[in-house]
Amino acid sequence: MSKAFVRTEFHPDLPPPASERGVVGWLRHNLFSTWYNSLATLVIFYLAYLAIPPIIDWTLISAVWEANDYKECKAAGSGACWGMIDKRFNLFMYGFYKAEHFWRPNLTLIIFIVAMLPVLFDKLPGKNICAPFLILGYPAVALALIRGPIEMSSFQSPIGIAVWVALFAGSVFMGHRGAKTANAVMSGIGYTAAYFILFIVFASWGLGLEPTETDTYGGLLLTLILAGVGIAVALPLGILLALGRRASSMPIIQMLCIGFIEIIRSVPLISVLFMAQFMLPLFMPEGMKFDNVMRALVGFSLFAAAYMAEVVRGGLQAIPKGQFEAADSLGLNFYLNMRLIVLPQALKIVIPGIVSTFIGLFKDTSLVSIIGLADLLLVAKQSYTDANWLGLEHTAYVYIAVIYFCICFSMSRYSMYLERKLHTGHKR
Amino acid sequence: MKALKLLAATAALAVVSTAASAATLDDVKKKGFIQCGVTTGLVGFASPDDKGVWKGFDVDFCRAMSAAIFGDPMKVKFTPTTGKTRFTALASGEIDVLARNTTWTMSRDTDLGFEFIGVNYYDGQGFMIRKSLGVKSATELNGASVCIQTGTTTELNLADYFRTNKMSFTPVVVEDAAEARQNYDKGACDVYTTDRSGLAAQRSVLSEPDAHMVLPEIISKEPLGPLVRHGDNAWGDLARWTLNVLISAEELGVTMGNADSMKTANNPEIKRMLGTEGDLGAMLGLGKDWGYNILKAVGNYSEVYERNIGTKTAVNLARGVNALWNQGGILYSAPLR
Repeated sequence: MSKAFVRTEFHPDLPPPASERGVVGWLRHNLFSTWYNSLATLVIFYLAYLAIPPIIDWTLISAVWEANDYKECKAAGSGACWGMIDKRFNLFMYGFYKAEHFWRPNLTLIIFIVAMLPVLFDKLPGKNICAPFLILGYPAVALALIRGPIEMSSFQSPIGIAVWVALFAGSVFMGHRGAKTANAVMSGIGYTAAYFILFIVFASWGLGLEPTETDTYGGLLLTLILAGVGIAVALPLGILLALGRRASSMPIIQMLCIGFIEIIRSVPLISVLFMAQFMLPLFMPEGMKFDNVMRALVGFSLFAAAYMAEVVRGGLQAIPKGQFEAADSLGLNFYLNMRLIVLPQALKIVIPGIVSTFIGLFKDTSLVSIIGLADLLLVAKQSYTDANWLGLEHTAYVYIAVIYFCICFSMSRYSMYLERKLHTGHKR
Repeated sequence: MKALKLLAATAALAVVSTAASAATLDDVKKKGFIQCGVTTGLVGFASPDDKGVWKGFDVDFCRAMSAAIFGDPMKVKFTPTTGKTRFTALASGEIDVLARNTTWTMSRDTDLGFEFIGVNYYDGQGFMIRKSLGVKSATELNGASVCIQTGTTTELNLADYFRTNKMSFTPVVVEDAAEARQNYDKGACDVYTTDRSGLAAQRSVLSEPDAHMVLPEIISKEPLGPLVRHGDNAWGDLARWTLNVLISAEELGVTMGNADSMKTANNPEIKRMLGTEGDLGAMLGLGKDWGYNILKAVGNYSEVYERNIGTKTAVNLARGVNALWNQGGILYSAPLR
């Protein structure tokens, strides 16, 4: 009698075949799954083989790390001349800013990064202090640190001081009244005016530092100032413009907003910059010096704000009408409706658009070299017009390209992180 | 339309009112520095060095003016200007003097309302070719491809030159000097044309400088000089005589090194220049030793030249027509008297 074979336990799982796992499996699945995929892989590998070794050779192996002029570089190696960057590093970073003041922009940046960390990453504590500080206090601190006190003649006469004190008291009172009577507009205007007066007083004190000249700003410092101020002005102004553009109950404001946005958007940035450069001084009263950097900043901020307004408007349009109606039916006024219901949703939707605008703005700062401001690009150009560093444009351009890339890429990565974090409720 | 006219009138008025605020020298003395417009960067003429200090041929002219006024060559603020912003900067009073290798032309001198105070460098458009082409003269360039910077007068000069000589060429249009050199070096064009000062500078960084030559023909006149605004002749005089001191000093053999001992020289013109005799400085509203200060600060024309663009520098320009009138050039200064 033969015994039937009865299996009492499951056969253990066999590992997947060698061709399907590990590196081989990954390669098979991703790079060589079909004949055309294999062909594409081979072509790309060949192109990479052509391109990458020379790049590594140029940037690292035959690069020259120390040199005093272009002749030494040429003699020592055929690659990049990083010795030039080393020798001109301060110019690349600060332009003509005085060396004894380098700590000031450095400190400004450190404060910004430290204050920004809790805002960027939820896990860190202190967000409730840092966020208001960044919005309200930081601009004044940064201005004072980088620029120093701004001389204002009205603070030198008793009458001027009295006028400022009266204005301050008046606006605080107005804000207080508005808050009491639940008049959002009144309280908003009052408190904003009070804030700006405090800001002006602080700017004229400027932490008691030595003033610096804006025409000494250059290099990465100037690029960051232009981009930073542009971004800081563009976002709030853009939101206001976008809301104004949709405010059909206030036709004049709506028309102004539409006009502003459309006019700015229909001219190229460089013409806005030229306009700010050449026309602004003509309209200024004599004796009022409106320096180059300031003019570029005005042009930039307005330009970016117009684009930002359209990005934000895209977000506003994506909010279903039901949300507005629900908010209305809860008895929320316009301000609360926007702050609690509409903007949080709208802004979340347009994060990629906002960040794209920021990145675009950051790179557009290089246009100021055309109006003679020594931003990162112009500093790079100046480096190879120095008789000591003739003909080293490759090194200079690659170096600033890396700087631009690092900053833009980190902005883009942060935007993706933010999108994932805020993706609640839209996951499919 | 009416509003537009009003706007234009206001703008014009604003320009006039800034321009007419005469006595630039007083303003300069009051603020304690000269504001000098230079290029954003041109090899040998103006460029910041590793420490961020402006150096160059045009820069030294401004330093000389600063030395004449303040006795200190460092009291200059340099404003980098581009080809597009330079004239507005000068007209609006943002800068006091423009020393930015600007060609002296009639329309700039008259219509734009500026005053060229002289010529500190006689330039002209030239051609660079490979020696291996065997071309000895620009008249043999028929059918050549030419690398040329866009939007410059060189483009127009080139077209004119080829048309008058009944030749044809293929333009390879590029954006700036470095790009032109790259293209030329790679053989994208047979000929590279621009001002001869620029050719010399770019030639020195070609992969094999000795394989190239600059043809003898000069097809345009480019007298480069500093300029000031119309409306303040005293300031223009100051700039003009600063340049004349530089040139005269070379002619008289006064240098940075021997300016002290020359004070007691026998030549009365040297004495007048250095302020030991007469009082030329007072005529300009300056101190007696203004000429001495200039020479102590930057040296004479030849020293300025050799230091920045001479044959021992990377730019490697021979004096050529920029030599003194008695040495085969056309550089000439009115007498200091």
